Amino acid sequence: MLDHLSYKTPEPKVIAGAKADWELVIGMEVHAQVSSNAKLFSGASTGFGAEPNSHVAFVDAAMPGMLPVINEFCIAQAVKTGLGLKAAINLRSAFDRKNYFYPDLPQGYQISQLYHPIVGEGEILVDMGPGVARKVRIERIHLEQDAGKSIHDMDPTMSFVDLNRTGVALMEIVSRPDIRGPEEAAAYVVKLRQILRYLGTCDGNMQNGNLRCDVNVSVCRPGQYEKYQETQDFSHLGTRCELKNMNSMRFIQAAIDYEARRQIAILEDGGVVVQETRLYDPDKNETRSMRSKEEAHDYRYFPCPDLLPLEIEQGWVDGIAAAMPELPDEKKARFVDALGLSEYDASVLTAEVENADYFEAVVAVCDDGKLAANWVINELFGRLKKDGAEIDASPMSPAQLGGIITLIKSGDISGKIAKDLFEIVYTEGGDPAEIVTARGMKQVTDLGAIEAAVDKIIAESPAEVEKAKANPKLVGWFVGQVIKASGGKANPAAVKEIVAQKLGI
Amino acid sequence: MSIDIDTARKVAHLARIAVAEENLPKLAQDLSGILTFMEQLNEVDVEGVEPMTSVTPMRLKRREDVVTDGGYAEKILKNAPDAREGFFAVPKVVE
Repeated sequence: MLDHLSYKTPEPKVIAGAKADWELVIGMEVHAQVSSNAKLFSGASTGFGAEPNSHVAFVDAAMPGMLPVINEFCIAQAVKTGLGLKAAINLRSAFDRKNYFYPDLPQGYQISQLYHPIVGEGEILVDMGPGVARKVRIERIHLEQDAGKSIHDMDPTMSFVDLNRTGVALMEIVSRPDIRGPEEAAAYVVKLRQILRYLGTCDGNMQNGNLRCDVNVSVCRPGQYEKYQETQDFSHLGTRCELKNMNSMRFIQAAIDYEARRQIAILEDGGVVVQETRLYDPDKNETRSMRSKEEAHDYRYFPCPDLLPLEIEQGWVDGIAAAMPELPDEKKARFVDALGLSEYDASVLTAEVENADYFEAVVAVCDDGKLAANWVINELFGRLKKDGAEIDASPMSPAQLGGIITLIKSGDISGKIAKDLFEIVYTEGGDPAEIVTARGMKQVTDLGAIEAAVDKIIAESPAEVEKAKANPKLVGWFVGQVIKASGGKANPAAVKEIVAQKLGI
Repeated sequence: MSIDIDTARKVAHLARIAVAEENLPKLAQDLSGILTFMEQLNEVDVEGVEPMTSVTPMRLKRREDVVTDGGYAEKILKNAPDAREGFFAVPKVVE
């Protein structure tokens, strides 16, 4: 589908150290909460913001003797995500226990898929501006349980634990180390989030923690990364550190930038980077070691004895594939190819699936992609922004905006009147065509009326007539006068023709 | 493979099982015995044999994506040593 849009690979980010130039190598692990009604292994609700511990089944609380039963829809969502990332679907996968102790993990282990994930290798095309994109390989996606939430600030000596999130399904989406700078890392998350939202497999709400990122960062000298890509041998790359749990694009970039400079300073000092987990502190803009995590890293994985291997049928996967929605890259290519939009406008309109849907609904009414793009991007988005509103809350429906554009196309209203009409429909509502009729906003194409107006202006302005005869460019002054006299309703093309004809130029 | 006393202590700690120092040598010895038996099993050639996950041909049971459970916070918290305002209350844990 991307044949029509060809992309150039971006240059890697180079950081100049005190002694030499360095490049970054970044791999991402994104935890995306699966959109579902019930949890991965229990019938408790996944709803956000409920009373503490009210969305908890005995399974989630790890009461003795309770057994997990997998939610089939969560499996389908993971498969759909895999298909959306052009990834291999593993018809046979299995669940393992990842053992560690923490108050918000009552089982004492997380059910995950270490050895046999449900989704294998795929790819994401990360847009870095018109005509530039990085292809990032996906290593795997596996299904696992989310943990609960600890609240530390309600009591001076106690932490409070809410298990509502415990057991909600997560997809861990793991990339290869193909990302080459902080901006690319943020763009990767933007693109992944966009795809997940198009698929409807994760709502991408980063504020609520429904999409969280761990970032693996290392640095190397120029040329080393190319050797790694040739051989897939990690020994050509530097030692990596893992930055935990970031949930904003800004923090991701700042944390990577800080961490790369920290590693470069160590290496240029003749030191050694230690592989470890680090936490980014946005207040101090620094990363620091999470020593407590190191011992806990001994997870003693083993196959979960409560769950049989997960076997799915190719026919079932094919059914999900057949019902896939159009994805951002395909939609963007179609907007460019079939509707004649610029790549930039197509990117803007496809960034959020709701915007793309709105735009397409407008086109369905007015049948003009370029005009619709102009009006949606310049007028509607601008107006919504002024109100601080999202497209979902737009007081103007696609049918109304399409109606306005249809009136422009048919010549019923001028571009200037259209903007007035837009404001009326936006603030007061109503059918654009009816408003135009009721309020006399129709562009005058009645040649008789225009002729009369032209005659009047010509009769009143003998001096200008002489000037215009000498200099035909001044015909514009007459056109302006006539349109002004008509209250903006006279059709400019018709006026111009009649003026030229009357003046004999 | 043999398990030394330090490894036994570490494994016990990771599993949050309290083992008295004087019991560690015996535990290490028992664990070593189990691993030795495993090593013996490993001598069997299972090349090309699919691992058996169930004695009867069963398919992993699935549930529908419907909310059928929850809504009983008081039961969930009933056995907690300490609970306040609907939360489990535990000694402070902060990174």
